[in-house]
Amino acid sequence: MAIKCGVFKTTYEGDEAIWQTKVSRFWIALLIVALIAFPFIFQGSRYLLYVANSVLIAVIAAIGLNILTGFTGQISLGHGAFMGVGAYASGYFMTHLGMPFIACVVAAGCVTAMVGMIFGIPSLRLKGLYLAIATLAAQVILEFVFVRWRNVTGGSQGMLVPPANIGGFSFNGDFKFYFLALAFTILAVMIAKNIVRTKPGRAFMAIRDRYISAEIIGVPLFQYKLISFGISSFYAGVAGSLWAHYIGIITPEHFNVMVSIQYLSMVIIGGLGSIYGSIMGAVFMTLLPEGLRLASGLFSKQYPVLVNIFGAIRESVFGLVIILFLIFEPDGLAARWKTIKNYWKLWPFSY
Amino acid sequence: MGESRIKEEIVLKGEQITLSFGGITALLHVSFDVQRGEIFSIIGPNGAGKSSLYNVINGFYRPQKGKVIFKDKEITHLRPYQIARMGIARSFQNIELFKHMTVLENLMLGRHIHIRYGLLKSMLYFGPCSKEEVRHRKRVEDVIDFLEIEHIRKKHVGTLPYGLQKRVEMARALCLEPEILLLDEPMAGMNLEETEDMARFIIDVNNEWGMTVLLIEHDMGVVMDLSDRIMVLDFGEKIAEGTPEEVQQNAIVAKAYLGESDGAFLGR
Repeated sequence: MAIKCGVFKTTYEGDEAIWQTKVSRFWIALLIVALIAFPFIFQGSRYLLYVANSVLIAVIAAIGLNILTGFTGQISLGHGAFMGVGAYASGYFMTHLGMPFIACVVAAGCVTAMVGMIFGIPSLRLKGLYLAIATLAAQVILEFVFVRWRNVTGGSQGMLVPPANIGGFSFNGDFKFYFLALAFTILAVMIAKNIVRTKPGRAFMAIRDRYISAEIIGVPLFQYKLISFGISSFYAGVAGSLWAHYIGIITPEHFNVMVSIQYLSMVIIGGLGSIYGSIMGAVFMTLLPEGLRLASGLFSKQYPVLVNIFGAIRESVFGLVIILFLIFEPDGLAARWKTIKNYWKLWPFSY
Repeated sequence: MGESRIKEEIVLKGEQITLSFGGITALLHVSFDVQRGEIFSIIGPNGAGKSSLYNVINGFYRPQKGKVIFKDKEITHLRPYQIARMGIARSFQNIELFKHMTVLENLMLGRHIHIRYGLLKSMLYFGPCSKEEVRHRKRVEDVIDFLEIEHIRKKHVGTLPYGLQKRVEMARALCLEPEILLLDEPMAGMNLEETEDMARFIIDVNNEWGMTVLLIEHDMGVVMDLSDRIMVLDFGEKIAEGTPEEVQQNAIVAKAYLGESDGAFLGR
């Protein structure tokens, strides 16, 4: 029997395809089937469904941040606040203007994109750490607006947001919402993947790698930096909007600077400049605290004396895992995944 | 090389270009004409202002005085990306490639100004966007074929040896399909074989593609063999211009290079 070894292409179309072999297409199909089957299997566990929904929303927002930070090389510490803009905008549009859900999500994305682009203007002059501080300022300003602009945001009291609703079908509850979030996530992944493998994505990476050369080959820096801020914030806005309609009540604390930092660690751990990396990073960073909570719950039964300090241990382990990741896999989970994949590509004759 | 490849038209013109940084004068009243189709070299000792002149042509530096005129249009105050779109491409002295990307991605970036589809079509990918991608991929493959870098097209640029990186950078400039190609020391740090390959590519680009080439190079053998005309800069001023023979016999040039009138260095 002949064993296939290596992948060879005969057309440029085939060479540009994302999933190049039948095997990888099969696995992707299997993954999607598993994702659809998941809530039916765990229908009873509200907790698991809640975690799954959080992961899906985090994936959307993390991809957005990765487009800006990983692909374009512009650090942002304001991603959490941008999610907030989307959440409040979507809630406002639905409760005050009576817009339908889908229109709310799109409009929230657009509003957030506008806000993101405005705060992206300093990126023309500022780079690296200086830009990080400028986006931190955006975070602080927006948080202030969330608290103080009471007749729109409800201030620190929070804002009640009705559940998502398409054509009379209400996505209330964890089970129904899962499918909505999954649909949005798949769409978000596909669109992001298409952007980064075509003209705009290449321009983003050119700006990240060497902005002088980018300009010399005809990429207008400012325009593309703003587009990147726009796309990134649009993703944040959509994620924020979904979060608002899922959780039902939003307060400024949901979108504080810790959220921004958490998203930044997601894209760093997942892999800067990789869409799959953002997915893995979001999954990992959302599941890790939940896993640690589970573990500490188990241990506190056996060692009740230690129950008080388990909370602190959990936080430390969280920090430790991140540090270990940065040391041993600085290119993120995506790089590790690539190594594994490359090993199997030429199997069984990998020399 | 037949003279017919050089046209009468002046494609690039510098008029009294003066550029200074603080008190230091990088360029002083430099004027030149480049005819369409010729290989025009700029030589001079280190710090003579050769790369600064490229940066002025490119739009990175704004000269205090003077003009750069490309095809009867002044480009002195345009942004670098606008100048690239008009048809002037460049390679750098220190390689300025996108290191984290593959050769193919670098070259596809060279097609950036020619790709027409917008953001929405690229989000969709299928349809017009993928068709256009494949069309540009074919053009890129022509350049890959021409510069003989087929074997490295999927490699990350950062992992390639120096000589190949230089070649990839020239390939990226060619992907822009420019009217003028500015090469900044394309042979620096290369061994004899790589230098000869590069010289052959420059001649082919000029002869077969009819591209006007500006060349900064320290390898005098190459400069004398390839150039139609040579401009010599010293301390920001133009001290000579002419055919290779004229420049070789110019006493001022020899003095600028050697400090005395001994022409041995210039191959006499």
